[in-house]
Amino acid sequence: MKSLLSGNEAVARGAWEAGCRVATAYPGTPSTEILENIIKYPEINAEWSVNEKVALEVAAGASFAGARALVAMKHVGLNVAADPFFTMGYSGVTGGLVVVSADDPGMWSSQNEQDNRHYGRHAKVPILEPSDSNEARIFTKLAFEISEKFDTPVLLRLTTRICHSTCLTELGERKEIEVSGYVKDINKRLVLPAHARALHLVVEERLKKIAAQSEVFRYNRIEWGKKTLGIITSGVAYQYAKEVFPEASVLKLSLTHPIPEKMIKRFAKHVRKIVVVEEGDPVLETEIKAMGIKVTGKDKIPLCGELTPDVLKSSFSKRTKAPAKSSKVPPRPPVLCPGCPHRGVFYVINKLKLVVTGDIGCYTLGALPPLSAMDTCVCMGASVTNAQGMEKALGKEFSKKLVAVLGDSTFFHSGITGLVNAVYNKGNLSLLILDNFTTAMTGHQPHPGTGRLARGERGRRIAPEDIARGCGVEMVKVVNPNDLAATELAFKQALEYDGVAVLVFRRPCALLVKPRPPYRIDPESCNGCKLCLRIGCPALSLVFPEHREKPLAVVDEALCVGCGLCVQLCQRSAIFLSRKSDG
Amino acid sequence: MAKSVREKENTNVIICGVGGQGIILASDVLCYCASLAGFDVKKSEVHGMAQRGGSVITHIRFGGKVYSPLIAQGTADYILAFEKVEALRYAHYLEKNGEIIVDNREIPPMSVLVGEAEYPADIDRRLTRMGKTHFIDATSIAAELGNMRVVNIVLLGVLSRFLRLKEKHWRDAIRKNVKEQFVDLNIQAFGRGREIAG
Ligand SMILES: Cc1ncc(C[n+]2csc(CCOP(=O)(O)OP(=O)(O)O)c2C)c(N)n1
Repeated sequence: MKSLLSGNEAVARGAWEAGCRVATAYPGTPSTEILENIIKYPEINAEWSVNEKVALEVAAGASFAGARALVAMKHVGLNVAADPFFTMGYSGVTGGLVVVSADDPGMWSSQNEQDNRHYGRHAKVPILEPSDSNEARIFTKLAFEISEKFDTPVLLRLTTRICHSTCLTELGERKEIEVSGYVKDINKRLVLPAHARALHLVVEERLKKIAAQSEVFRYNRIEWGKKTLGIITSGVAYQYAKEVFPEASVLKLSLTHPIPEKMIKRFAKHVRKIVVVEEGDPVLETEIKAMGIKVTGKDKIPLCGELTPDVLKSSFSKRTKAPAKSSKVPPRPPVLCPGCPHRGVFYVINKLKLVVTGDIGCYTLGALPPLSAMDTCVCMGASVTNAQGMEKALGKEFSKKLVAVLGDSTFFHSGITGLVNAVYNKGNLSLLILDNFTTAMTGHQPHPGTGRLARGERGRRIAPEDIARGCGVEMVKVVNPNDLAATELAFKQALEYDGVAVLVFRRPCALLVKPRPPYRIDPESCNGCKLCLRIGCPALSLVFPEHREKPLAVVDEALCVGCGLCVQLCQRSAIFLSRKSDG
Repeated sequence: MAKSVREKENTNVIICGVGGQGIILASDVLCYCASLAGFDVKKSEVHGMAQRGGSVITHIRFGGKVYSPLIAQGTADYILAFEKVEALRYAHYLEKNGEIIVDNREIPPMSVLVGEAEYPADIDRRLTRMGKTHFIDATSIAAELGNMRVVNIVLLGVLSRFLRLKEKHWRDAIRKNVKEQFVDLNIQAFGRGREIAG
């Protein structure tokens, strides 16, 4: 039977078929739907962990206990989880351990374009790279087998166009695998220097064995075509290569670390010219060149940005019959939604002209005009620590016009350690936690502050304000961000406060609550002053009616969700409710 | 409107619009429908950041054998657009004889609202220059049906007149992909789309 599955759905299916028992993840585009789909299989004990390091360690614990375990994250998540990832490379596994990294070439929804194939090499862990959903499913199963056979975690490396492309996929049945149980083995799992020295030797031997396996691995295969051009490729780049060079001979690599040297040499001997078609860094290219084989690769194919059939084609031929891109098309970057509870906070920041160390989430969109209320964004959790560092460098006075902003999920992910650090080191810090009861950016996953677990069941709610108090913060306030006066007052109190102040702005994500009736603007009262436009609401715009001297602000009733933020800005009370709430 | 089905190995359809308009559901329905017809199908879409009111594009390809999930520029048979500027943004994907089906709707992006850019006044003409363009009042029809969320299915109804896929498969695909309580409404919306496509 065949079914239409995205790459992420296929990984979930593959994990289920492989008898996986435990799955963990922290959300992150493009990986999020892996766990969202695993949740649908009751046989797998799945959780949203608070961050990727935690997720990987929980999965590692399950592996110690002899259960097959999978952990999924976006590429930058592996930076957070790098510490346990490297050590698990030494310790190896008991139950198969599959680490899924979803890279984001083109940065559709990411802060960098890192190529995580380097991680597999760096941690000496084998890498599998599927080229479509069906392979994503099969390779997930094979990853568990390789993991157990060679006693190593396996990196299943996906990219956006694998995760979020859908194609027809075979479905298999689940094979139950008993949890083998825990057996103490400190030489393997307790990485004291003495043990680790021995383990490093094991790791190097293991890589040689996997390299031998790579030579005979069924999915490392040659598709012979014309011998004038040979292409070596992996992942989604394989699909583009087949599309652009339909007649070439292709060596498709799937177990891409360690690479099959003999197979590559054999291929090279039979083709006149070799092009390595890979997305991102010249990873395969560098290794193949080191084998003494002459290839073309990143000298022609761009290293930055997403690889597409168009990019590949134009790398080798300047002729194109495609029409030119239209010019003067206004850009449409993402925006805070109408009714977004983050909007009020950024409006006040903009009004008070504060310096803002920011963080990653929907609220990063507060950086865009007209709110323009964010100065920095490094990585999850860095808002807190960056602010502390600025205060250290510039002194207490500077901290009177400086705030750190992060979301609730981000706070749980990696804001807490920074907060403890600031309190301990006597920082002066105003930390704003934007608590919208969800992880909004990635599609509304629960976190400890929601009190809900992965499958929606009730868990224990841990409130950010309680954590702040537990960290030793004495000035803690919970504020409604839709009340602009209260928000501004709270800002002033926090900025004046000596020491660490935490403001929790609490209001649910606008996408999670029923819209309220839209507002309207009375054309008689509106004088076109544009004050209401300062909040950057997509439902508000300015029109220039012909018969009118002044411009007129209007509400798009299809977009307005009746949050009432703009009402608080209008000096002429021109914005009114179009109809009563029906409850 | 004439049915203009071209003979070619694969059919390429771009669906584009503004994040939150139901573009992903529309592409799911088309993709499923093509699979019911026995075609090899691939679809590629964008999740995450862009879904917050940004520009969104999905690629759908079906036929005998599809490799790349991405459509090459200048090879899309149809562009189904939920907003005019978005149609223009991706019009360079259109094949020489390709056609654009666009909702007669203008949603000014924030860059326009804050006065940094202008919404092209001659948008209709520019679209027509890129290829044969069908302007559809899908938003008005959805309003008549009492639910703005069905704009996507009205537009699919129009598209269905251009593609050689069975009406029954379309209906089955809608049933499979929308929530049960909205099936009837969506089937109705699909029917209205087919009607106005003539
Ligand atoms: C290390 C890392 N993991 C995951 C992500 C993906 N990611 C970006 S923002 C975000 C969550 C933001 O949630 P929250 O802080 O609650 O803010 P909201 O989007 O709800 O405003 C996630 C998971 C990331 N950028 N970096």
